[in-house]
Amino acid sequence: MFNALVKKIEQLAEGKRPLRFMEVCGTHTVSIFRAGIRQILPPNVELVSGPGCPVCVTCDEYVDRAIVYAQMPDVIIATFGDMLKVTGTYANLAEISAAGADIRVIYSPLDCIKIAKENPDKHVIFLAVGFETTAPTTAATILTAKSQGVRNLFFLSAQKLVPPALEMLLNDSEVRVDGFLLPGHVAVVIGVNAFKFLKIPSVVAGFEAEEILLALINLLTQIDEGRAEVTNEYKSVVKPEGNLTAQKMLSQVFCTVDAEWRGIGEISQSGLALNEEFADFDAEKVLPVNVPKINRRTPCRCGEILRGIVTPKDCPLFGKVCDPIHAVGPCMVSVEGICAAWYRFSF
Amino acid sequence: MCLAFPAKIVEIKDSLATVERSGVKRDASLMLLPDAKIGDYVLIHAGFAIQVVDEEETKLRDEVLGAINV
Repeated sequence: MFNALVKKIEQLAEGKRPLRFMEVCGTHTVSIFRAGIRQILPPNVELVSGPGCPVCVTCDEYVDRAIVYAQMPDVIIATFGDMLKVTGTYANLAEISAAGADIRVIYSPLDCIKIAKENPDKHVIFLAVGFETTAPTTAATILTAKSQGVRNLFFLSAQKLVPPALEMLLNDSEVRVDGFLLPGHVAVVIGVNAFKFLKIPSVVAGFEAEEILLALINLLTQIDEGRAEVTNEYKSVVKPEGNLTAQKMLSQVFCTVDAEWRGIGEISQSGLALNEEFADFDAEKVLPVNVPKINRRTPCRCGEILRGIVTPKDCPLFGKVCDPIHAVGPCMVSVEGICAAWYRFSF
Repeated sequence: MCLAFPAKIVEIKDSLATVERSGVKRDASLMLLPDAKIGDYVLIHAGFAIQVVDEEETKLRDEVLGAINV
């Protein structure tokens, strides 16, 4: 099966100019490495990774703010495990936890409600990080907390939206991309139609190696036939309209705001903040803290790596001072970060 | 971070389902998928069911893959 798909890709790519396709999902990045897809593609078909890991694009200032909260004696921080090792300006949450802060790793945002109920004297703050796949689970948790009268649970949102980032990439003259492998589980929520604004060949892809190869065949076929469409190769779970219940909940609880992406900068209307109606659950409104913004200078090239301009091997830190145990840049931190995937599968 | 896995709904109580995958059972909220039924395969992310897996489409995909394999 695998070989037949690769052969089809070779046939379609033959005689074509060099082509670059970008995957915009950390889970795709890992699947591509695990199956060795980069290595078996014809030399004129290159796969580059985009800003597909929400942890990696969370900025220093957010981590600094989380640390300020974590160091308050009456605060419990609840977070997905990926966030623990993301370094802020000076430290990461794992270090702060080792120094005695109460930081709990959760599986589902709903776990925060249990923690809040068990600790009525504490403020529980959930680090709400994620793309459209995860944001509805936070929205549902906020609605549950409200309906159950939970008053000591708060949310620090750095949730982000994928389509504005893709639009930014297409408008960036340094970025050269001939097609997108679109994130399958983001598309489960927002639907294929939400990507229809893209004017280059794009395909929603599943996560098995065969599904990724099938998506690449789709992109090459489009280029072969001179088409530039947004298509769906993950129809078992991705619908044209997406999950309308989840979308309704997102718009009920959150509003879109300009957001800072680490290494990339501000992208207009690419973030989700809590609506006024849910201000009682907004950590920044209920427990405001002053966090100075510090511009850290480092030779880390995560910003260019996240835009597919250079690969991790072009970074002077990669594999030397920056590795998964001592991550300097955010792309090395999460297992789904581009540098972490390169490191794990290239060394 | 957007990892999700398919599992079968074996029980529903209010908006909480018990889902099973490879013999392992765990809870999943149906708040984002209120129409899901017992017996459905659903995609689970962060403790929530987010979509029903369309088995017909899975079969069609396998047929497409099979056709390339000849």
